[in-house]
Amino acid sequence: MPISILRALSVLIPLLSAAALAAEPALPTGLGGASEPELPAGMEAGDSGPPLPGGLGSGDEPDLPAGIDEPRETAAFDDWEVGDSDDTEAPLGGLTGFWEARAGHRLQSADNQRQSSLAEMRLELEKGWQGLSWSAKATADLVYDSIEDSGHADLETGMGWLDLREVWLQWRPGADVDLKVGRQILTWGVGDLVFINDLFPKDWNSFLAGRDEQYLKAPSDALRVGYYGDGFNLNLVYTPRFDADRYIDGRRLSYYNPLVGGVVGRNEPLSVDRPDDTGVDDEWALRLYRRWGSYELALYGYDGFWKSPGGFDPRSGRARFPRLRVAGASGRGPLGPGILSLEVGYYDSLEDDSGDDPFVNNDEWRFLAGYEWEVARETTLGLQYYLEAMGDYGAYRRTLPAGQPARDQYRQLVTVRLTRQALNQNLTLGLFAYYSPTDEDAYLRPNIHYKVTDNLAVEGGFNLFFGDRDHTFFGQFEDNSNVYTAVRFSF
Amino acid sequence: MKPVKHIICMVFLSLSAALPAAGAEEQQPSLEEIVHRANQVAYYQGRDGRAQVQMLITDSQGRHRQRSFTILRRDGPDTDAVADRAYLGEQQFYVYFHRPADVNKMVFMVHKKPGENDDRWLYLPALDLVKRIAASDKRTSFVGSHYYYEDVSGRSIDADHHELVDVTDNYYVLKHTPKEPGEVEFDHYLMYVHRETFIPVQTEYFDSQGNKYRVARALKVETIQGYPTVTEAVMEDLDSGGKTRMRYNQVTYDIGMPEAVFTERYLRSPPRQYLR
Repeated sequence: MPISILRALSVLIPLLSAAALAAEPALPTGLGGASEPELPAGMEAGDSGPPLPGGLGSGDEPDLPAGIDEPRETAAFDDWEVGDSDDTEAPLGGLTGFWEARAGHRLQSADNQRQSSLAEMRLELEKGWQGLSWSAKATADLVYDSIEDSGHADLETGMGWLDLREVWLQWRPGADVDLKVGRQILTWGVGDLVFINDLFPKDWNSFLAGRDEQYLKAPSDALRVGYYGDGFNLNLVYTPRFDADRYIDGRRLSYYNPLVGGVVGRNEPLSVDRPDDTGVDDEWALRLYRRWGSYELALYGYDGFWKSPGGFDPRSGRARFPRLRVAGASGRGPLGPGILSLEVGYYDSLEDDSGDDPFVNNDEWRFLAGYEWEVARETTLGLQYYLEAMGDYGAYRRTLPAGQPARDQYRQLVTVRLTRQALNQNLTLGLFAYYSPTDEDAYLRPNIHYKVTDNLAVEGGFNLFFGDRDHTFFGQFEDNSNVYTAVRFSF
Repeated sequence: MKPVKHIICMVFLSLSAALPAAGAEEQQPSLEEIVHRANQVAYYQGRDGRAQVQMLITDSQGRHRQRSFTILRRDGPDTDAVADRAYLGEQQFYVYFHRPADVNKMVFMVHKKPGENDDRWLYLPALDLVKRIAASDKRTSFVGSHYYYEDVSGRSIDADHHELVDVTDNYYVLKHTPKEPGEVEFDHYLMYVHRETFIPVQTEYFDSQGNKYRVARALKVETIQGYPTVTEAVMEDLDSGGKTRMRYNQVTYDIGMPEAVFTERYLRSPPRQYLR
């Protein structure tokens, strides 16, 4: 084809398309010079910014247009209360925290329990200190609790007027080593509200009664050593005196007592023998982990005790915390549009090797698979499958005292977490559900949380337990189903 | 006059594309170079960087919310050179929140990898919990502001087709059209790239009806350690009338942050020396 035709075509085609564009009702602003953006401050010609290039002197060009919508708004920054200075330090001399009021009510009357499940005010105060190679922090909750006697403070159980959440000192003796000593919150593992290798203390009372999710973790009094090498990282946690869960003991929430053969409350608070000999009744927890690209892998070990009562002493009539050793592993990483989590653990119940002691928990395998992804804008869905397989099941059945309901060999659990955010992420609608097809019981946690301002938040929700049988994991809590509401002012 | 000027411009651009030896604009960088230099200036300056960021979010009813956080960034490649895309590579972000009070000490960490989904983590200090976050939708709000994740960490160059639609006194005007229109809410966006500094001064998003509904603007530029840096910016949602203003304080480049800062160790115990 002759060059001239090509040229003619190349002129014609853009002319046609340009004509089509011009014929449209509105040319997108910005294609014309009129709505060209104004240069920002610091770029004006003659300012510190570079001048216009010589070849494009402004003589024959139109002047820069005025601002597009409104004049410059730099003045609006004046009403920012935070200044230019380093504001990593909060006001009030670095004191942060919140004040909160929270109330909860049972949805049905329960024998031997009050109708009210929560009625408290809480002031959390937090302060940090730091040097070049060390830092320290203290967090204390001052609590007025009208459900449980808040006369004296028990720092171990968190009951009473003071719940000391954190008091720790951390320092770095070498580039690869961190040490953290004192009262601290510890978490690891990949489960979402399901725990296998995380054997740090949990506060089940707070969780089931409708306190903020942060209170599910109870503090440990421990030394944490972290080593961070090229190939792998190691965390070792030593707790010189056993830190048990804040387990359900009947005082606030009712539970199934196999001795009584039914659900009991404040009339039969669980009495326990807690291992408390410092240096002897200690706990070791270890995690070896590393990351390969997007994937995280970890190995775990634990030596200590069942964290919630896992045994019973028929002579004293008290619940016990038998010895426990756990080994496990986890992996986590992206798969398709979401995050896949896998975790496994073997619970070696040291005081019942052959599984024939009816008063001590048997060994267990625990397995978890989870997947979480964004199903729609601002909406995430998390699904988990959890399996608990009892070892020496034959021995368990053989030695089970007559009349006691038997557990299944395999307990399966499915969880669903659905979270939706709206109104510029100030409103969060959440549902967390546990459902066990084997126990035929369920636990639903719907919640609504709204940030009225940056400092003020209100929330409400339910803890709903379902189950036909009194002895299953969630079924035993049916009388504790509750509704709660809270208001929190953060500072 | 404007449409005429526009048509002439289009003709000229098309001609110069069809007849490469036109020779009129020898000094003008190629489209590819403009796109990459704008990207480099906006998101990749220096080997690493730090800033104290303040956000003022104004919703459609005029109510204010504030955010305050420290952002640390580290680039994998040790060059800013645009040639052969040398500056592009892995990038890590560490965002440490100060305000509002309910997110104080929370950390958000991102490992960005070209051509792959980001890896994202969230650290919740009250639970000592390290969460992984699925990174599927990058065009959702960042911390409740009018900025999207992608606006803060950068949109992949390879996600769009690029055109140079105009050259003015001050700007190269680029039009970006998504290669996967189903994955984004916009039909296309225009970017006004300052010719001298390659700073994207204004970015305008258009829907399929041709309506401009979202505008990002640089309000203030300072030269810090030789790097022209946007220190004040605003993102406006023209449909709702809401907007978010951002201010970058204490910007520092080339600190020499080790890659180890962007690991779980420092989620659990923040790197104070880089945050202060």
